[in-house]
Amino acid sequence: MYALNLLLLNTVTGNDMPLSLQTRLEAMESATRSAQSAGDNAWMLVSAALVLMMTGPGLALFYGGLVRKKNVLSTMMQSFILMALVTVLWALAGYSLAFGEGSPFLGDLRYLLLQGVSGAPNADYAATIPQQTFMVYQLMFAIITPALICGAFAERMKFSAMMLFMTLWIFLVYFPMAHMVWGKGGFLNAFLGGRIPCLDFAGGTVVHITSGVSALVCALYLGKRHGYPHEPMKPHSLVLSFIGACLLWVGWFGFNAGSALGASGLASSAFVATHFAAAAAALGWAVAEWIKNGKPSVLGAISGSVAGLVAVTPAAGFVKPMSALAIGLAAGIVCYFMVAWVKHRAGYDDSLDAFGVHGAGGTLGAILTGVFATNAVNDALKDAAGRPAALGWVDGNAGQVVNQLTGCALAWVLAAAGTWVILKVCDALLGVRVDPEHEIQGLDLSLHGEEGYLLEV
Amino acid sequence: MKKIEAIIQPFKLDEVKEALKGIGIDGMTVSEVRGHGRQKGHKEIYRGHEYKVDLLPKVKMEMVVPDERSGEVLKAITDSARTGKIGDGKIFVYEVMEAVRIRNDERGNAAL
Repeated sequence: MYALNLLLLNTVTGNDMPLSLQTRLEAMESATRSAQSAGDNAWMLVSAALVLMMTGPGLALFYGGLVRKKNVLSTMMQSFILMALVTVLWALAGYSLAFGEGSPFLGDLRYLLLQGVSGAPNADYAATIPQQTFMVYQLMFAIITPALICGAFAERMKFSAMMLFMTLWIFLVYFPMAHMVWGKGGFLNAFLGGRIPCLDFAGGTVVHITSGVSALVCALYLGKRHGYPHEPMKPHSLVLSFIGACLLWVGWFGFNAGSALGASGLASSAFVATHFAAAAAALGWAVAEWIKNGKPSVLGAISGSVAGLVAVTPAAGFVKPMSALAIGLAAGIVCYFMVAWVKHRAGYDDSLDAFGVHGAGGTLGAILTGVFATNAVNDALKDAAGRPAALGWVDGNAGQVVNQLTGCALAWVLAAAGTWVILKVCDALLGVRVDPEHEIQGLDLSLHGEEGYLLEV
Repeated sequence: MKKIEAIIQPFKLDEVKEALKGIGIDGMTVSEVRGHGRQKGHKEIYRGHEYKVDLLPKVKMEMVVPDERSGEVLKAITDSARTGKIGDGKIFVYEVMEAVRIRNDERGNAAL
């Protein structure tokens, strides 16, 4: 069949009339496009898989190791079931509400049930990869964001109430926030016609501020764990947490470098910034602890790396490597202070420090993005004359810090108010907290009828 | 018959076992326990939250020996388990009224 086609082509274009320049150019352009698409698509599919790996097993291990032995399975189950629940909600309506054009605050229903989301690219978001790739990549962000909140209500929330809470939360908080920052025409979208140009490369506001602030509200609403802070609640396996943190670090390359939406130089830049911030933050936290307690702890070093990764998330595609080191170092020290000092002073039981790391680190990172963002790294934003626009303070645009603060404030208010209302609803319908005897027995047995460790069998 | 119950440092278990084997004592029961005497515990800090740990891991060895052997068993254990530092543990000796070998119903010293 192919040979026949070739033969026919030869007879038409053959000896007497040579291929026109136009045709040959078109063929070459098409070949170049498909080569770029193949490269970009390969990287984006790998990135999507890396981001999923951050939730399971990354976050599941990180959180699972930090709770007591009797709650290890219930904690891991929260991360895992969100991989399933959010995927279904995303397919039904989530992608459309986040990325349909709609209003400045929420998308419309044009992609309901994923209609029209095919192998063809969506040029508004990523012109070189299938929209299906873009859709599934963004889904992985929607999965990890609610999973981060679970750290705040660990060891005491009903499974049924958690499922209802997360379903309502993703509709009321995540989809609107994702649309505002990344959706076409979104209120805060700096690149696609937003009112306030807030720079958020990979989700500092969308992922970390929303989850961190919601976590704080959950910790306040649910109250302390039974016996906190008098009874010992030591992490039952820092080995699990260590493996989880290392998986998070690696997965974060998909999260941040993948947010370039192609295998481009920008992806390399984001990859480098991500890695450098994690390294500086691990050192920052560990050394702060060393000075304060006389010993640098493993938990401190791994918590620091996560704090640095959180803080560099909004900045990754906008800052130079030295700025990334500074952002990471600041995050390591500030988050250590939040977790080791502010939390104990204030007395709330944010059990696994979802607020101290993601809320505080996310806010710090969003503000520092306004300071360090530069068009030497990312020239996608043009000014009126078509030249690369000044991005952050280092470019001479000090007003960007104000834009960043506006974005943070919006994320804080939406997350706090939304979470409070949803908790009220869940509490009225199901009750959010397990019975005291179930809490003492442990959620693995009382909620799931299983135990994590049966080493004697 | 005497029951000898020795609570020792976990890292001394192998040395004590070797010493007992050296004087012909093969049977014993060993369990991992936690406790403390005069030894102070230590503190652990997780993300700024400080925990005082005063029940420390120890190993408890139990064995029953004929009356006339109890002296040399005590010496073998103290010699091998001693580091000279606080926390080395304690030995308790009890009178035993009867011993039974379940397999063939032997009694007394013959059952040991």
